[in-house]
Formats: sequence, C-alpha cells, structure tokens
Amino acid sequence: MIHALVLLTIVMAQDTAAGRQVYTKWCAGCHGADGKGDGEGARHMIPPPRDFTGNAVYQIRSTASGDLPTDADLLRSIDEGLSGTAMPAWKTRLSDRQRRDVLAYIKAFSTAFSDTTLRPKPLAFSGAPGGGTSAEALRVGRQFYDSIGCRKCHGDQGRGDGPSAPTLKDDGQHPIFAANLHENWRFHGGGTVEDIYRRLRTGLDGTPMPSFSDLIDNKFLTDEQLWRVAQYVRSLSPKEAPVVRDVVHAPLTKTLAHAPDDSAWTSVDVYWFPLVGQVIHKERWFAPAVTGVWVKAVHTADSIALRVVWDDRSESPDTSWLTFVGRVFKTLDGDDSTREQPAAWPDQLIVQFPVSIPSGMERPYFLMGSASAPVYQWRWSSAARTAPVAGLARGIDRFDPLAGGSGPAAQAVYDHGQWRVVLTRALASTDTASQLPFRTGRAIPVAFFASDGSNGEHGTRMAISTWYFLALDEPVPARVFISPVLAMMLTLGLGMLVVWRAQQKTSYRRQQ
Amino acid sequence: MNGRIFSVVGGMFLLTVCSKGDRSSVQAAPPAAQPAAPAGDVSAAGGTITGKIKFTGTAPRNPAIDMSEEAACKAKYPTTPTEENVVAGPANVLANVFVYVKSGVPVGQTFPAPATPVVLDQNGCRYHPHVLGIMVGQPLEIQNSDPVLHNIKAIAKANRPFNVSQPGAGMKTTRTFSAPEVMVNLECNVHGWMHAYAGVRPDPFYAVTGPDGSFSIKGLPPGTYTIEAWHEKFGTQTATVTIAGTESKTANFTFAAH
Repeated sequence: MIHALVLLTIVMAQDTAAGRQVYTKWCAGCHGADGKGDGEGARHMIPPPRDFTGNAVYQIRSTASGDLPTDADLLRSIDEGLSGTAMPAWKTRLSDRQRRDVLAYIKAFSTAFSDTTLRPKPLAFSGAPGGGTSAEALRVGRQFYDSIGCRKCHGDQGRGDGPSAPTLKDDGQHPIFAANLHENWRFHGGGTVEDIYRRLRTGLDGTPMPSFSDLIDNKFLTDEQLWRVAQYVRSLSPKEAPVVRDVVHAPLTKTLAHAPDDSAWTSVDVYWFPLVGQVIHKERWFAPAVTGVWVKAVHTADSIALRVVWDDRSESPDTSWLTFVGRVFKTLDGDDSTREQPAAWPDQLIVQFPVSIPSGMERPYFLMGSASAPVYQWRWSSAARTAPVAGLARGIDRFDPLAGGSGPAAQAVYDHGQWRVVLTRALASTDTASQLPFRTGRAIPVAFFASDGSNGEHGTRMAISTWYFLALDEPVPARVFISPVLAMMLTLGLGMLVVWRAQQKTSYRRQQ
Repeated sequence: MNGRIFSVVGGMFLLTVCSKGDRSSVQAAPPAAQPAAPAGDVSAAGGTITGKIKFTGTAPRNPAIDMSEEAACKAKYPTTPTEENVVAGPANVLANVFVYVKSGVPVGQTFPAPATPVVLDQNGCRYHPHVLGIMVGQPLEIQNSDPVLHNIKAIAKANRPFNVSQPGAGMKTTRTFSAPEVMVNLECNVHGWMHAYAGVRPDPFYAVTGPDGSFSIKGLPPGTYTIEAWHEKFGTQTATVTIAGTESKTANFTFAAH
C-alpha cells in the first residue's frame, strides 16, 4: 500500500515536472508563469486567457454550474482549442504524453482539484431527439428561445445584440460579448448541436451565460424542448463554416439593385471574407468586433453595385456602450501611454481598390497603400449613412478625399445586429488617374476594412482583410448562343440531304 | 478549561438556534460541522452585542434604474426605482450593513447549519434582501417573483461560484455555500443593476442592519471578539468587544461618506 502511494507520488511528480516544461514553453506566454492568466500575451486578448489559480473556474465543462471540469473536459479544451479565442488546438502540436503532463501541471495551480469533496461528476446528457432540422422542431426551439430569455443577451435574431449586451462582463470585470449565434464556428465550446445543448445545461462559468439545467427540474421545459432550443440555435449558422473564395464574381444584370434588401440580391452568389485585427501599425488593435464581411456584386453596362453585409452588435454611435468601451480599454494595453477616454464612435466600412487595375501581379500595399503607391477607397460611416467618401489613402494615417461628383452612392440598413450596405458607382471614371475605372474581363483587387465604434474602434483600430479580387463578368457574346444552333441546323440539313439522296437512289433502283 | 466552558455555552446556544429548525439540518451541514452538543435543560444564554451604524457626510445618490426593457418589473414601482447602494434613514443611519464576529469564537467550535432556508427573492428586478447573512451549509433559496428572465450568478473565492437561470415567476433554486466568505457577490447579468451580497459564516453571530441602522448579535459566549461591519460602498470597520456572562454590550460604527 505504502509502496503504491510512493510510486503514485513519484509518477505524479514526474507528470508535473514534465508538465512544467511544456507549460513554460507553450502556455506561460499567455497564461503567465504562475498560471494567473497574466502572461505577456494576455494584455492583447479579449477574452483574456484562463486564470488557473484560485478556485479554478472554467467555462467549458460537462459538469453542473459551479463544479470543477473533468480531466476529459480540460483535455478537450487543450486538444481542440477554444474557437473564437486566442487559444489554439494543441492536439497536433504536442504529444499525448505532453498534453497529459501539462494537464496535471495546470490542475496543480489550484487547490480545488485536490479537494476530494469537489471531485467533478459529469452530467448525464441525453441524446439529441430526431427531426432536429424540421420546421416543427425549429418552431418549438424558437418558442423556447424566446421564453427562456435567450434574446436578452443574444438578441432577437441571435447576433449578440440583446438589450443586456452592452452591460456584459466576466468575473474579472473584462468586457464580454454575447455570442453571435450565426457564427457557430466561433463558439468557444464547439459548434455542433450537442455542444450547444451542453452549454445550455452547464452554462459557461465565469461568464454571464447561466446553466439552464434547473429549468428541467422546475418543469419549466422538458429536456426535449431544451434540445429544440439547441437545434434552433444551430440552425442560425450555415451547415458548414464559410470558406474563402478569392474572386467575387459580379454578373451582368439589366438593372442595379440599390436597396440592400431588394429581392434581386437573393439570386446573387455571396462571398465571405474573414477580417482580423489591425496589428501592424500603431495604434494596433487585437480585439476586433467585426469578424468577417459577406459580399455580393453585380454590374450593368455602365454601373457597379457592391453589397457588403456584416454583423455588428451595435448601431453606433451609441452612448449605451460607453461603459463597455471603457472596459475594453482597461483590459487591453494600448500602445499609447495614456489611456483614451471612451467615446461614441460611429461604425465604418472601407472598400479599397488600387487606383488602376494592375497589369501584372504587383499590387499596392494591402494596408491602405503607401506614399508612392496610393489606393482608391470608399469610406462609409454610420454617422452619415449616406454616400461614402471616395479618396486616396497613402498609408494608414493619410487619407485625401477626392473632390468631384463621380464618387459612389450608398444605401444602408441596420437590422438586428447586422449592417447591410449597397455601394454603387458608374463603371467609367472622369478622373482615371485616381478613381479606378471598372472594366470587365480583368480581376480587380479589392480589400475590406470595418470598425465597430461601440467596441472602441476608430482610426487605426479596426478589422482588416488582405487583397481579394472582384471580377466583372463579361456579357456573353451573341455568337455563344447562335453558333450551336447554326451547327445543329447544318448537321440536320446535311443529314436530311444524305437521307433524301439515299431514298432517291432506292426508288430509282426499284423503278429499274 | 476555558474551552470546555465555551463548548458548553455554545452547545446551549445551539439548542436554541436549532429548536425551530428541522433536525435534518445536521445532515445538511457540511462534513466539517459537528452535531450539536448533547442536549441540556439550560435556556438561552450568552451575551448580546447591539449597535447602530451611522455615517458622516452626504450619502451618494443611488442611480435611477432604467427598467424600460422590463415592463413587468417597471409596473411594480409608482416612481422610478433606484439602486440600493446606500440605504440611509433619518439622522444618517445606515441600513444593509453586515455586522459579524470576525474573530474570537473559539477555534474548533462548530455550529450546525439551520435547515430553515434564507430566502433571496427577485421581485421588481431587485433583490430582497439586498444584503443577507447565511451559515455554511444553510440552504439559500433563490426565488423569482418576476415573469422575466433572471440569472443568478455567484462570484466567490472561497466557495464554488455558480450561475443559474430562472426565466419565469415561481421558479426556485436552492444552493448552499461550503466555506465562510464575506462577501459572496450575487448578480444578475440580464439586469446589470441587480446586486446582492451574502455574508457566509461558520457561526450564527452576525446580523444585517435594518432601516433604523441597528443590529443585534445574540447568544455570544464570554470572550473577546473582533466585530466587523461591512458596507458595499463604505468598506469595513472593526471594533473589539469583550463579553462576560449574559450582559449586553454596545458597538456603534460610523462610516465616512465621501
């Protein structure tokens, strides 16, 4: 018995010693040498890295609210990472042994794990009831989405824009967004319907997201109805996470749809582009609120329309988010020595093109060009909502608006946590030296930048994309349609001629 | 010898505390708590500490609560409700102060948790009471009297935190705390203005001041005690009080409002 104990102690000691090495090399940068979640990288992260000390509060668990996570829970977070956060997946980077060792080391930061009265016990989860994508299941799911109050934080349409959203903070007083339920690929605990159900049952401890398990005990709803909520939430996101396609094809249409909600847009292909924080130039920005843009484009013989849609929790400028902005600034270390005062900034969208279509592979610097190679931009702001300002950017901190009437027009709609903006302009340009003339048949570089004023974003604090392409599809020439018909008619004619000749000969022989 | 006296007196006290409660409270108590001392036929005894809490200066104005998102809660108030950060009475008396014996209770002496729950009600999108005392292992019954979603999040260091939801009127959730902690913060994230504070103690020697700013801690065995008064905005103050026998001592506190 004593031997076994000694052996166990030795094995555990080895675990944590080996775990310490792994931890110091791979984890301490964000989670801190002492596990307090205060590593060098922590100053640039929202949500911040987990603090492993104290009473060990973890979001992603299979256990009841307030209980510790199981080893399997912790290992899952290490293996898969936490989507939508800075925590990467370690399964392919560390060996099985290394991950087990570091798990043991992480648990040693808190005495809670060695308290035998707190031994975690996973909840017994039921399996998903069938028919989860049927209209009836989704109707029931939506009914309980409303009755259990999901919309209070996640919003009526699930984009994280509920009335309580601006007040949300975690246990450490850091600002926290209610998840945008249309982006299940960014859910911290996974995006499957099972993952969603489990989060409803366990809650996300340390965050405002509560456990809904008590509702079943209180007979407020049944387990199946809770599953329906999960299935409804799952249905808000696409079946598969969006994939980047580099070239936006703008088909030729007879008329331009200027209104963002014009039904003509429904038949146009949509392209998704991820945006990331601008971390190249000071003031850098590590916590962008806009995670991507959905783009559609069409053109007529003389004009082009771009429809850019992005999710944004707030219709900025909005003073009700000022406290939230204050928390954002307090959490993130700015490059400036003095912390900026929160203000009600507007939302902004920038669509960027080169000044002229490049002939080769050479393009201006993607991040707003340079002094020698400027870029042509449309800058739309929610403060004005109308026509964007066209101008030339010569680097991130220099923008020269262009005078003249050939700038783009815009129509914008803000609807339940989403901006939908249609930008239109004539293909031709009166000022070809600085305002890009759009042409068919050539790939036109395009990039997108967006900022959410209610997340403290303005100036260089924004979300950015790299260069992608816009292609104005050429009108299909008439010969494309006529040639096959002509060829068919010719073939038919020749065939009939052959048959006719053969019949002539046959009847001639018979007569003979 | 002193220890024995304490345990006898403590035991007598326990009898009185438990007389109302159900005996199952002993089972509900955490493993650390020992069952009450053998029953004696001595009635309630011990000293009492009473006092009044006041403050100097001008109390900060409690912010008005915008309940426009919750018509059902808003309807419960004739005028615009406010937060309850500083609840003061005439002559600058201070309510919602948690007063407790911070030290002096003999180490090792344990007190079983009453089975009678402390009720925390969510009514009109505010907590009732705003400040409460509860013993380790004693049930905290959280109930919702509003037909709206509340989540109840406990932020604790010595205890396990939790976060549960009550989307409808009539819902009840019972929780217990396993360790002493002053204070466990309770909050609702749906309604950012909702805060309550629970003082969790291993013994029954605590009180919360009422609207008249007064408190009374009864049944203290003889000894010298450090009394702490805690207020959510004004911080803490301590005083030392010595109790000999069944006397009543006074400990008044005055906070400074800035």
